Formats: sequence, structure tokens, C-alpha cells
Amino acid sequence: MTNKLKLVMVGNGMAGVRTLEELIKLTPDLYDITVFGSEPHPNYNRILLSPVLAGEQTLDEIILNPLDWYSDNHITLHTSWTVTEVDRVKRIVHATNAAGEVKSAPYDRLILATGSNPFMLPVPGRELEGVLAYRDIADTQAMIDAATKYKHAVVIGGGLLGLEAANGLMKRGMSVTVVHVGEWLMERQLDKVAGSLLQRSLEERGMQFRMGAHTQALEADKNGRVASVLFKDGSHVPAELVVMAVGIRPNTALAEKMHLHCERGIVVSDTLQTVTDPRIYAVGECAAHRGIAYGLVAPLFEQGKVLANHLAEFGIGRYTGSLTSTKLKVTGIDLFSAGDFMGSDDGSTEEIVLSDPHEGVYKKLVIKDDQLVGACLYGDTVDGSWYFKLLRDGRSVADIREKLMFGESNIGDVGHEGHSKAASMPDDAEVCGCNGVKKGAICKAIKDKGLFTLDEVRKHTKASASCGSCTGLVEQILMFTAGGDYSATPKKKAICGCTDHSHQEVRDAIRDHKLLTNDAVFQFLEWKSPTGCATCRPAINYYRLSSWPKEALDDPQSRLINERSHANIQKDGTYSVIPRMWGGETTADELRRIADVVDKYNIPTVKVTGGQRIDLLGVKKEDLVNVWKDIGMPCGHAYAKALRTVKTCVGSEWCRMGTQDSTQMGKDLEKAMWRMYAPHKVKFAVSGCPRNCAEAGIKDVGIIGVDSGWEMYIAGNGGIKTEVAEFFVKVKTSEEVMEYTGAFMQLYREEGWYLERTVHYVNRVGMDYVKKKILDDEAGRKALWARLQFALDGEPDPWFEFDKAQVDTRQFEAITV
Amino acid sequence: MTEWKVICKVDDIPVLGARRVQRAKGVEVAVFRNAEDKVFALLDQCPHKRGPLSQGLVFGETVVCPLHNWHIGLVDGCAHAPDEGCTTRFAVRVENGHVALDVNELNTLAIDDATVTN
Repeated sequence: MTNKLKLVMVGNGMAGVRTLEELIKLTPDLYDITVFGSEPHPNYNRILLSPVLAGEQTLDEIILNPLDWYSDNHITLHTSWTVTEVDRVKRIVHATNAAGEVKSAPYDRLILATGSNPFMLPVPGRELEGVLAYRDIADTQAMIDAATKYKHAVVIGGGLLGLEAANGLMKRGMSVTVVHVGEWLMERQLDKVAGSLLQRSLEERGMQFRMGAHTQALEADKNGRVASVLFKDGSHVPAELVVMAVGIRPNTALAEKMHLHCERGIVVSDTLQTVTDPRIYAVGECAAHRGIAYGLVAPLFEQGKVLANHLAEFGIGRYTGSLTSTKLKVTGIDLFSAGDFMGSDDGSTEEIVLSDPHEGVYKKLVIKDDQLVGACLYGDTVDGSWYFKLLRDGRSVADIREKLMFGESNIGDVGHEGHSKAASMPDDAEVCGCNGVKKGAICKAIKDKGLFTLDEVRKHTKASASCGSCTGLVEQILMFTAGGDYSATPKKKAICGCTDHSHQEVRDAIRDHKLLTNDAVFQFLEWKSPTGCATCRPAINYYRLSSWPKEALDDPQSRLINERSHANIQKDGTYSVIPRMWGGETTADELRRIADVVDKYNIPTVKVTGGQRIDLLGVKKEDLVNVWKDIGMPCGHAYAKALRTVKTCVGSEWCRMGTQDSTQMGKDLEKAMWRMYAPHKVKFAVSGCPRNCAEAGIKDVGIIGVDSGWEMYIAGNGGIKTEVAEFFVKVKTSEEVMEYTGAFMQLYREEGWYLERTVHYVNRVGMDYVKKKILDDEAGRKALWARLQFALDGEPDPWFEFDKAQVDTRQFEAITV
Repeated sequence: MTEWKVICKVDDIPVLGARRVQRAKGVEVAVFRNAEDKVFALLDQCPHKRGPLSQGLVFGETVVCPLHNWHIGLVDGCAHAPDEGCTTRFAVRVENGHVALDVNELNTLAIDDATVTN
């Protein structure tokens, strides 16, 4: 006997078992765990019952936690035992089995994960043989068996579940009629146009419909098996199998018997504790959180995570609700909906609609106050996850409104794909170009390992784990493979596993509460790990430095290697050195020194970079200090989240086309803003005429000289996905170029999230906002520019002023034994 | 009897950082110091693509490889799941603020790896 706390769980479904998985990850030994499940199976993936019914997967394939998992984790599992009573005073649960035997288990903490029950229409004949709900493996098996013996099936209910059932039965050779009381199919997820398109498409596959039909009774044959459905209008449809799929109800029978407060589910707090008895928790479809009982898996997993956190006595997690999206699991039919896809009639919402009935494509986007609030897509759902992200983020879409309908690939955030629809890609197509991960490998990992979130896919396959440009595609594959219940549920994204706080919240806290050290941040925001991790520490370090210049001290151990050693690490552990060449201009003297250094330190490769500088590759770490000293040129920050190059053309000093002295302008900008750390790397370019030889259109700030002054373009990017910079303003003098550029940079430095490039920052806050802050507000602009100058004033060159730049020089020497 | 060789003082290693120890033969050894002043020693080579772990960011009892972000446990030298693989561990003794390594291990462990290149 142990004296561990006793945790009992009623129910053995997806939400509950996921909670246990999370709990065991956090604290494997805190509890003796006992699970009661009414079904004879271990935890399986209920979402995938439809593919099983349709014959596309087998029952074995959808088991999530085999029996071994329970024994390996020392969980006592009682399958085929239904908990019938709970004594809350003595804290004991009593369960019975089919033979009427009784089993009891004491608890210190109790989780109710009783799921939901299908709602059966109260019509005569509902108890006849051949009348089923569609909820579990037994129902699915009964439907598969019926399909081998009988011809006619009726599915009552034209919602998500009903259509999936009808599709499965049809695939198994039955003649299927769907009876739906509503005017169109899936009215909770689709508007009328999309619902009608769906109906037409299903009709083409042979499904029959009785729309707006009210079921009066189910009629029996002479053996007591259902034979037909009778409608209110007196007509009949033959049916040897009737599946009721008119909705589910949270299963609260046990909770009510225990006198727990129930209202549309077992009412729980943000920590998933029942409001009646804090020893008792409810999670999953049976729980009502802030009035909502969720039926999709992603929110339920989110709940499970919070509950596990609480059970592990960490006490930090809070569940604050989820947004959900829907996708139908009928092979070959693409539909997606999320949010308020109907819009409202009172004129407060606007709709953008694209309809091509011939191609079977329909898209509706609902906009309210410049934000996307709903989306309903039929036939082409490739942008579903992107719309869902916009919806969740609640960012203004005013600046991309005219392009919104044409999807993310038109905006340019998806990386190298966009046209390639996840579903139609062959298995051997490469999804993640960084890590060479093919679609087949991702699908296999999702199925075999039971992955449900982007993070899990990243961890297990490395897809989208490096540059992130294939994230949209991976999300689509996830949606497509894991089924419609995938949704990227949290409304805000935590920086990392060390905290529940988002980048914005951490930024705000550091600014508002003047948190000057990492420890102050960890303490104030109740970090879960004492020293953070490789994701949050560099971010916090940057937020402190950018919010409190001259006061917050740099912590070199919170910087990744390149910024700690002030050089770029290469694959063999050597480094590259790129000295600064103002505006890309150099001299014979500098070139001679570079050449001498290359000889003296046996540097294997010398390369001209895309940013008009010279890269020395293969420098040993112990040589770095001397290489810097011998070259005698300023640090190029080519390794840092900082201002890198200012690329220029030769301009009016030499060029016969030149209208402005772009080289001088570039040098001035670079001299004013070098040593400027930023959320991510920053690149400028200055061209002397509209021929734009310096390629200013793909830089964070691009300046183009014209006869009457300078045009300024911002938020371009030549990297992962080419982003053309947008025209920002035209100014007359070079002083104005300096002021506007500096102001934009400071705005980005103060508000950007760590690792967010200018293009992503501007996309997030909206170009209108940036214009308002810099173009419309002269005093604000000047203040921003002044703050940047203050921050940069006297900043050290890390290649020469080691003490001032907090460079730990011990790193350059090895200890010898 | 283990023969210990004093390498450096604990204070010679940056908190949440590392130093490299060059051996007579073989890949260098990385000695790490965490926030609790615990000292660990691993072969300075990630099991993935041989990245120098001494250059990684340290938190808790983990170092993150600077090349591809693998998380390596400082105690056991093994990659965190789902990544797989371990690097060689070296015994460490800390006495009176001095860090010592086992001479026998320094002379024998993972010596052959030095000849392998990418």
C-alpha cells in the first residue's frame, strides 16, 4: 500500500485520458490513478469512427492508448464497469458491471469525464431493433453489421455526425436517406448557399434527402425490427436501419445524482473544478465552462492541460474558453467554417462572398469593425487555417481587405506553398524544405502517434520546426489527417512551455512594472521554470533591453551562441566574421588588412555577401578576438537580431542615371543606426533612382531617390517568402529620411515580438496603425526618433569594447589539461 | 582509485554557461555550470550533427545545441524525446570550489571520435 493521493476518473474517453497523460508528464508519482470506463475498449479516437464506418480505417488503428499504456503508467483500468454512485461524504465511487457485481474505489480527487449522450428523438418506435445512435465503437460495429444484411438506411439529422454516418453507410453499399428538419444541411456550421452546395454534391454521390421533414414514428416489421420511417405528412421511407444523429447532450446523469450543479453540463470553474465540490473536477464534453459545453477535441485537450496542471499542484493554468472551427470528414468534400459565419441582419457585419456554383466553390467571409469574425468555405478550404488564425488573433484586416478573399498565398505569408492543397499532395511530396519532411511522414506520425497539435507534429517530425514557412501547410495536413476536430485552440499563444503568458503580456509587464532583470520577470510573471528556456530567455532579454535602455543590463547567457560570441557559428563549429563596410563602400587599406588576416589565420573561405560585405568563413573560436583586432573594422552584426547592412547603389556621385547620393544616404543611415538590436534582423537599402539597383523593395526599410526627394518603403523581406515592401511616404530631405526611418525602427523595437520581422509586425498591427503613429503624429514621430538616438548613444562595439558590451572573453579560451 | 585532475574553479565557468576543456587527444570536453552552481561535463559534441554543446544555451539541467536546437540533458548526456541519442558523459568532482575530472576518463573516453569528421 502506498500513501499516495488517490485519483479516480469516471470515463475513459479522449479528454479524460489526455488529462492523465498531461498529469503523468508533470508528476508521474503524485497519484494512484484508477479509471472506470463503461466501454470494453481502452481509449480510442472517437473522431475517427467515421473513417472506420466508411471502411477507410480499422478499429485497431484508432486506439490511442493501448492497454499496455495503462499498465506501464501504473493506472488501474476497469473497462466495462459503469460508475453508478458516488458517496461524496465518504469519498468513494461505486461501479457495477453487466453481471450486476459492484466494485468500489476511494478517492482524494475525482475527475468526471463522462462525455455526452446522443439525443434520441422521443418518437414512437425509437426502442425498436435496428434503431441506433452514433456515438461509440459498439454503434459503429452495429452499423457495419447492418450494412451487410440490409439495404435501406435512414439517418435522422443532417448535421456533421449524421452526414458522416450517412456517407459511411453509403460506402458500405446501403441506400441512404438523410432526414433533416432544417431548411439546409449543417445549419450550425454552414450558411444556406454552402449547405445547398453540399447537398447537391452528396446527391451526386447517391445520397437521398428529405429536407424540412418531421419524423412522426418508426414502424416495425413483423419481427419487431424497424422497417420504415413515417413522416408527419403521411409519407413513408423504407428503413431497416435508422441512425439518430440529432445532437448530443452532456452526460450529467451521475453528476446530478451526486447533487453537483448542472446547467447545460456539469458547471466548472476556470480550473475545471466543479462549483459544488472542489475535490471533484469535470473535463470534456460533460463539462459546462462559462456556459459552453464543447464538443470538439482541441478545446477539450486544452481543458485537460489546465486540469492536469491543477492536479499536479502547479496551480498556474487557467482555461478561458476556446474558439472552434469545423471540417467535415467526408472524403472528397471540402468545407470549413468558423466563428460567426452567418453574420447578423442588423447591419453591424459585412460580408465578402465569392461564389462559383459551376466549380462548386463558395466562400464567405464575415467582417465586423475591420476584423474577420466568421468564415464559411466550401469546395476550396485551403485557406481555412489562415482565416481561423486571423479570426483568433482579432487583428485588423482593413489593410488586406481587398486581397483577403484570395487567400494567404496572395498576401504572402505561407512560404513556398499556397497553391498546393494539402489533401491533393502526394505522400512523397516534401512539405518542410528545411528538414526534408515529406507529407507521408507527417500523416503517418499524426496517425501512429495520435498527434493533434502543431507543436506535437513539430516535435515528432521536425516539420515546420525550423524556418516555419510551411506552418500553414502542416496545419492543413493536420486538419485533413487528424480530422475536423483539429483546431488551434488557444486564443493567445504562450511564449513557450515555461509560461502561459503571451509575448505581448510579457512585453507589457516589463514596461509597466519596470522589470529590469530576467529574475524579476520570472518572479513577477510566475515563470514555471526557474531559469526559463532557450525560447523565452532570449526574448525576455531583448524586451528588457529595448524597454529600458541604459538601465537593464544585457545577459549574455540569455543570448544564443551567435550573439554571445559576436560571430556566426557554422556547421563544423567554426565561425564566420563579417566586418562592417559603411554603405558597402571599402578602401584599399581595408582590403589589404582583410587579405592579411585571411593569410595569417588560414581562413579557408572568403565570400562576398548579398549585403555588399565580405564574409570570412571558417574562423576558429580562439582566433576571433585577434581576427577582429587585426582587421580593425567595426562589427558588422551579421550574426545578430540587429541592423545588418545598408545596401546602396553608387548613386549620383558616379552614376549617369542617379538622381540622389544614395551611397552617402546609406552611410548616414548606417552610422546612425548600427548597434541597434531589434526583435529580428533588420536590413535597409538605398537606391539613387527608380531603377532601384539596391533592391530596396525587399528590405525592412527601402529608400528610393527620385528627382524631388526620397520615397520610403517599409516592411519588405527577401527571405523565406519574398514580401514586397509597401510604399510608406515621400519626403524631401535626407534629414527626414533619417527621422522617419528611425521612428519606424523604434516603433518596431518597442512593439515587435521577439523574432517577428517588420513585415509580420506590420501585418499584425496593420499598416494604418503604423502610418497613424509616424505620419500623422509629428510629435510622436520625433519622440520615437529621439528615443532611438538615446538608446543607441554610446552603445559599444562588441568586437572591441568587451566590458561595456558584456562580452565574456573566457569563452574564447579553452582550458587545457 | 580514481585519479582526479583539477581543471578550473567553479567561478571560472559562467553561470548558465560552459567552458571547453582541451584534452591531449580527442574531442574537447564541455564543462557546464547551472543556476544552482551544479557542474556537469559532457563530450563537446551533440549526438545529432556533432554541434559543440559548450556553445549552447543552458537552462535547468539542459543544454540546447547551437546548431539544430536539440535539447540535451546535462545529467545523462541524452537528447530529450522525441529526439534520440546520447553523448559521452564525464564524471565531475567539485571540492572547495574546484572542478576536477577523472584522468582516466579524459585519456580514454570518446578518443576515437576525434578521427571522425563530417
